[in-house]
Amino acid sequence: MSAPPLLELRDLSTHYVSARGTRVVRAVDEVSLTLEAGSTLGIVGESGSGKSTLALTILRLLPPAARITGGQILFEGEDLRTKSDGEMRRIRGKRIAMILQDPMASLNPLFTVGDQIAEPLRVHEGAGRAGSWSRARDLLKAVRISAPESRVGEYPHQMSGGMRQRIVGAIAISCAPRLLIADEPTTSLDLTIQAQYLSLLRDLQRQHELALIFITHNLGIVAKMCDQVAVMYAGRLVEWGPVTRIFDAPAHPYTQALLGSIPRMGDGRERLTAIEGQPPDLAAPPSGCAFHPRCPQAMAQCREQAPPETALAPRHTTRCWLSVPAR
Amino acid sequence: MNGARSATLTLAGRLASFRTEGFPLIPMSILGALLFLAVFANVLAPHDPEVGSLGERFRPPVWQQGGSEKFLLGSDHLGRDVLSRLIFGARVSIVVGFTAVLVAGVLGTGLGILSGYLGGWVDQVIMRVTDTWLALPALTFAIFLAAVVGPSEMNIVIILGAVYWTRYARVIRGEVLSLKERDFVRLAIVAGCSKRTIMKRHILPNVLNSAIVLGTLMLGVVVVTEAALSFLGVGVPPPKPAWGLMLADGKKGMMAGYWWLTVLPGCCIMLMVLSANLLGDWLRVKLDPQLRQL
Repeated sequence: MSAPPLLELRDLSTHYVSARGTRVVRAVDEVSLTLEAGSTLGIVGESGSGKSTLALTILRLLPPAARITGGQILFEGEDLRTKSDGEMRRIRGKRIAMILQDPMASLNPLFTVGDQIAEPLRVHEGAGRAGSWSRARDLLKAVRISAPESRVGEYPHQMSGGMRQRIVGAIAISCAPRLLIADEPTTSLDLTIQAQYLSLLRDLQRQHELALIFITHNLGIVAKMCDQVAVMYAGRLVEWGPVTRIFDAPAHPYTQALLGSIPRMGDGRERLTAIEGQPPDLAAPPSGCAFHPRCPQAMAQCREQAPPETALAPRHTTRCWLSVPAR
Repeated sequence: MNGARSATLTLAGRLASFRTEGFPLIPMSILGALLFLAVFANVLAPHDPEVGSLGERFRPPVWQQGGSEKFLLGSDHLGRDVLSRLIFGARVSIVVGFTAVLVAGVLGTGLGILSGYLGGWVDQVIMRVTDTWLALPALTFAIFLAAVVGPSEMNIVIILGAVYWTRYARVIRGEVLSLKERDFVRLAIVAGCSKRTIMKRHILPNVLNSAIVLGTLMLGVVVVTEAALSFLGVGVPPPKPAWGLMLADGKKGMMAGYWWLTVLPGCCIMLMVLSANLLGDWLRVKLDPQLRQL
């Protein structure tokens, strides 16, 4: 084994507990995966499957009702769960950055964009005013904003949506982080701007050897952007592996259904195939495998016991009884 | 103001735009004039406001029979010049009004931000204190405090600050609660800013507009309360020319027909409060960052 991977999650669990402690929601349940420096991981799943909670867990920014109940978050070989609040603050924004779901609202209306790009530099590197502003200009150039000299002194409301989003990107990479978590960064943009933004992220990733975690429910983006994909269902990682393998030969019935529900041009089907049934209530999940009520290949065993994590290849795991070899 | 547009407006629309658009000429000029009087009181006032001659008591204003040019707005029961006292009274009202609003504003805004942003037990403690505070009738509470600490201009400022900070705390806390869910605050958290930095750089500047608008509206309330305290004899101590005190002194003369002793200071209080409120309304619209033209 060489150097440790950039990020390794081991059996990570995060639960929400209601005020009286009577309801427990397993938002993230025993998730394990690894991410190498410079590579891209897509996390997909339905709304409420725990994607965003997983991202917040990595940054240790959970709401008060949520607790990390087990597992490890190894970032560059160190467990983030053992870090103090102050140490976590020094990691956030500097070594792990994040782009939020709605980058349009991520800018403070009262400060110039230059000020806001310079903020992480001032917080983390103690950069002075003049120094941080010239860095801000360089960053604006890096995210392909024309006339950065004059744009740096403008306010967010003077910019278009696509520009504001690129500025959020500039803020995220300002301290040269090793990992960037993007939580549905393109949902609020129209399609042409989306494509531009994604190619910008790719270029930034290549230039800065940045690892990306892409949280999305757009499988097209995953296919285009990611090296690995992690499929979440009801807080569990039902399948994780290289994008090419999973798109070609998905092992888990849920992944198969997810891929089957992508509309394709000219495949002649009249109707879209939807996944039958509703996502489960995480406070009262079905017994055994959480997907069994909707699974076309469910067996008796699925109702009784949750399937263990099974390795299909060195970096390809799934949780399904169908893939457990000795039955 | 846009001439072509206002020509097409109805009367009601024009009245509304008069309150919110353009430059607030009337309130600004009244407040400006009062400020001017307050600053240059020593030069402008024709007489010493605290010294009178008993031989010239109850002189009516100059345009009434028996009035003289020596006392343009008449004289009071001690023969002091009403005009001079009104001019110096502006100084008292403005100094007390502005500093009390500032004291209440700083205290209330600070506690409101802490309460809203930190939440938890800090929020609980500050808000329960605020609730209790608001349950006390403001004027009675002010009288009680004044009786305890004794009357002086300085004490009035402290009392008014202590009575009215709760309004700021409530309003600002509410603003902070919605601000802290905004993505730019969350982005600052994700970027590793400390709570102090976030409160200072992201929360405070965004609530400042509300605090300023609230301050202008509070100016009216504070001026009235100061006048009431002075009227009741627990405000600015006597020889000083405060408008409320002049009202109190003049009330004995009301029935005897010495109207100028009460009507004139009353008008001064009304003008100041009215212009503060008009200005507050205008500022509320103007300072909204979405409507602001940069």
